[in-house]
Amino acid sequence: MPSSDYDSASLPDLLPLYYRRLFPFSQYYRWLNYGGVQKNYFQNREFSFTLKDDIYVRYQSFTTQNELEKEMQKMNPYKIDIGAVYSHRPSQHNTVKSGTFQALEKELVFDIDMTDYDDVRSCCSAADICSKCWTLMTIAIRILDRALRDDFGFQHLLWVYSGRRGVHCWVCDEAARKLSVAARSAVAEYLSLVKGGEETMKKVSLSDPIHPFIRESLLVVEQYFPRYGLQEQDILGRKESVDKHLIKELDLPLTLPSNVRKDLQQDFQNERKPEVRWKLIRDHATKKKAAGKKGHHFDKEIMLQYCYPRLDVNVSKGVNHLLKTIHAFMTTTSLSSLLTRTCSSFNLDQDAFLFPSTLKNWIDLILFAFFFLIPVKTDGITFFSLICEELDRPRIGEEEEKAEDDKDKENEKDAAERRKIRDYKRTSLAKYVKCFDQFLDGIAQSRKGELLRKSDLQKDF
Amino acid sequence: MQFGSRRRKIINSAQTELYGHSVQFYGQPPLENISLTEFETFAVERLKLLKTVETLGVSFVKHSEQYSKKLESEFKNLNFPYRPETVSIEFEKRRKDHISHFILRLAYCQTEDLRRWFIQQEVDLFRYRFNDLPPKQKLEFLHRNNLQYDTISVEEKKALQDKLVNSSYAVSGITVEDQDFYKVPFQDALDLVRTRKVYLKAGYVYIPHQDIVTIVLNDFRTRLSKALALTARSLPAVHSDERLQPLLNHLSHAYVGQDYSIQKNVGKISLDQIDSLSGKSFPLCMRQLHQALRENHHLRHGGRMQYGLFLKGIGLSLEQALQFWRSEFIRGKVDADKFDKAYAYSIRHMFGKEGKRTDYTPYSCMKVILSNPPSQGDHHGCPFRHSDPELLKQKLQVYKVSPSGISQIEDSSFSLNHPNQYFVESQKVLGGGKDIKRETDPQQRSQENATTRASTAAQDTAAKDVAEMTEDLDSFFQDG
Repeated sequence: MPSSDYDSASLPDLLPLYYRRLFPFSQYYRWLNYGGVQKNYFQNREFSFTLKDDIYVRYQSFTTQNELEKEMQKMNPYKIDIGAVYSHRPSQHNTVKSGTFQALEKELVFDIDMTDYDDVRSCCSAADICSKCWTLMTIAIRILDRALRDDFGFQHLLWVYSGRRGVHCWVCDEAARKLSVAARSAVAEYLSLVKGGEETMKKVSLSDPIHPFIRESLLVVEQYFPRYGLQEQDILGRKESVDKHLIKELDLPLTLPSNVRKDLQQDFQNERKPEVRWKLIRDHATKKKAAGKKGHHFDKEIMLQYCYPRLDVNVSKGVNHLLKTIHAFMTTTSLSSLLTRTCSSFNLDQDAFLFPSTLKNWIDLILFAFFFLIPVKTDGITFFSLICEELDRPRIGEEEEKAEDDKDKENEKDAAERRKIRDYKRTSLAKYVKCFDQFLDGIAQSRKGELLRKSDLQKDF
Repeated sequence: MQFGSRRRKIINSAQTELYGHSVQFYGQPPLENISLTEFETFAVERLKLLKTVETLGVSFVKHSEQYSKKLESEFKNLNFPYRPETVSIEFEKRRKDHISHFILRLAYCQTEDLRRWFIQQEVDLFRYRFNDLPPKQKLEFLHRNNLQYDTISVEEKKALQDKLVNSSYAVSGITVEDQDFYKVPFQDALDLVRTRKVYLKAGYVYIPHQDIVTIVLNDFRTRLSKALALTARSLPAVHSDERLQPLLNHLSHAYVGQDYSIQKNVGKISLDQIDSLSGKSFPLCMRQLHQALRENHHLRHGGRMQYGLFLKGIGLSLEQALQFWRSEFIRGKVDADKFDKAYAYSIRHMFGKEGKRTDYTPYSCMKVILSNPPSQGDHHGCPFRHSDPELLKQKLQVYKVSPSGISQIEDSSFSLNHPNQYFVESQKVLGGGKDIKRETDPQQRSQENATTRASTAAQDTAAKDVAEMTEDLDSFFQDG
């Protein structure tokens, strides 16, 4: 893949281009308008922009798609956050009687951030991510997606790369948007298993009976644990632990109860292979369980502490919490190499494939997010300017298109719209627009079904 | 309406209807006239009751025998209804219950914190009383309040049996066979969902008849929350009555203890003193936060709030606070510019200079323990609640707490419920009684001696409480 000359100053030039030619305004509007069923739903939605030089503006709102487009093309935001649907137009909130301007609805959102796993990943820390620890995101998405669908009955989930070091989930069902603060926090807590701050060593405690949700989650974790935990992270290996609290005595995690550690010490001295060591721990747990003793879930607890999703409950709780949809910057060298790999070859191990109906693997997820959400700037490769290059490349059949354009000169707006649509399709981003369209179709179908059901009940024919 | 002579004699049918049940949802406000004295007495006594509910809830496992016994005796002392007896006997108590609840709504609807506290105690109180009801009365209550849900078929029960049994400690195979299971939308059973004590499928929870109380509680909590929001809107009208306003203010501050919101001694502490003060007079949680800040040159939001507000409470001015945080963060990964953009705002916010201009109050122990538990990367919280016992013991040893060797110190038995209170008391002892009024000369001499002795053992005073807490802690952790 050819790499363009990359220059940080060029972003201000690229952004206008992005907003004029690539940003999918009509899909964006289609999403947030939700079929126009609820009056003023789009108009009362809060957006916030982060502009050049870190200037942050809140309470932006728009009456039409066109207005949104014009404003974004004028301001060229580096980052865009979506907030709640309020009782009044956010841009007019100062004119509303104090106390009556309230956040009414918003999608249920989840934020999984890689830095929350720093105590259990040895490959990277802070904002760095690599293909090894990305598995944590895969696990998180699979567990949470299943739970939100099967346990909570939600259907319209949008998973996106958050732009730097994690993923966001937007649950767009009507029921989800109407959830209260208490309900959101209850959902987030139901989904939480890893608890404790810097001062807590053992962050997962299981007791009988094991809830079906935990069982299902363990099934997922167990699929990835041998390769991710034992090999890639080498948690039972002979090396210094990253975190002082998981200091090992003879490579035995301190989260194991002390009597178990004592029992295993001898065996661990003789056995070095991680897989065998793990089997020793598991067998020990089985023995304890058979003997009817309590506290025999330590093997599961280890797996969960290393792999189970860690979400920030505070992000999910608030109805008025703003969450990023678009971020113009992402600079991590590791991710750029990741990108190189993914762009050049789509051949991936079946195992790394993720899941839900609209997105088939985690690469799709990254690229999809890039298209929809982020023009990316990385060392050496400006993915974004590459897309723009693709745009400008002449295509076969362009003559025909030119003829069509001429015919429609009277109706310029249409022509511009069509040109824009063609623009997406010229780039490698086409299939991702398709993905998002499918997601939006799903929501529309549900809505139609619901309206039909309601009119049937009222016997409207 | 006279309430003198008619008391035990005539209870009309309307009242029987209203007070026919010992437990109620407080859906309808009372419609009678009462004297100001009764107004105040009722309110104060209910407040005492709620305060007891709070304290017992933290000290004992809720609904354990000790908890129930103590709560019941408090009911008796304060003359609140606790028995599901007939109306005639309990009438006065139920009336008091009804009226006092509504009065306290007026006092506690004003801020998020007050509301949260009030709702929590009322829910706990309600739970206790509802659980106490015989099954028949429980059903009666449900019907009266229109809580109707569908039951699942026998076939479905059989199919889900394993899952149902594994979802709750209290559900066995027999429970599934014998009892009806209700299918309830998860939004109506949040407490069960939150703690994962129920089977959840496609947005519905499956609850055995015996657990229907949690649904009731959820409903109660939601209704009360909405009601408080409504009440808040009509407050201006209430406050315009001069007889009531001072009373209501007093109620929302009394019995909840001093909140250290009014800053005394602003500017009396200099920034260089903080390090040594942290060793001498900070409670363990704040000491921990301070240390983490010095080590990492950073604290996450939860830590910044807890520690920042504490510093405000001990007398740091806004300028000092800005300087303090800035100089520390700059030593880390944050440059001056970024600090001014990203963090300065939230510090000014803490002092009430931004946004809603709410002057935030330093967190009490209860708040630290119960809200916003720490997660990965956090250093806030209460070490006695949120740390591993091993680590806590280590830490206490490092801080030179000697549980045993405490000499004969005046029993400064203050019950600790606020980090800033710890600081103030500790400073008093260390300060050698500069604030203490001296009465006569000979007494002065002995007092000086006492304080010199006391100041060397000053650390121990604080430590003694810590030590006591550690011992309690041991047994606490042993219970799991």
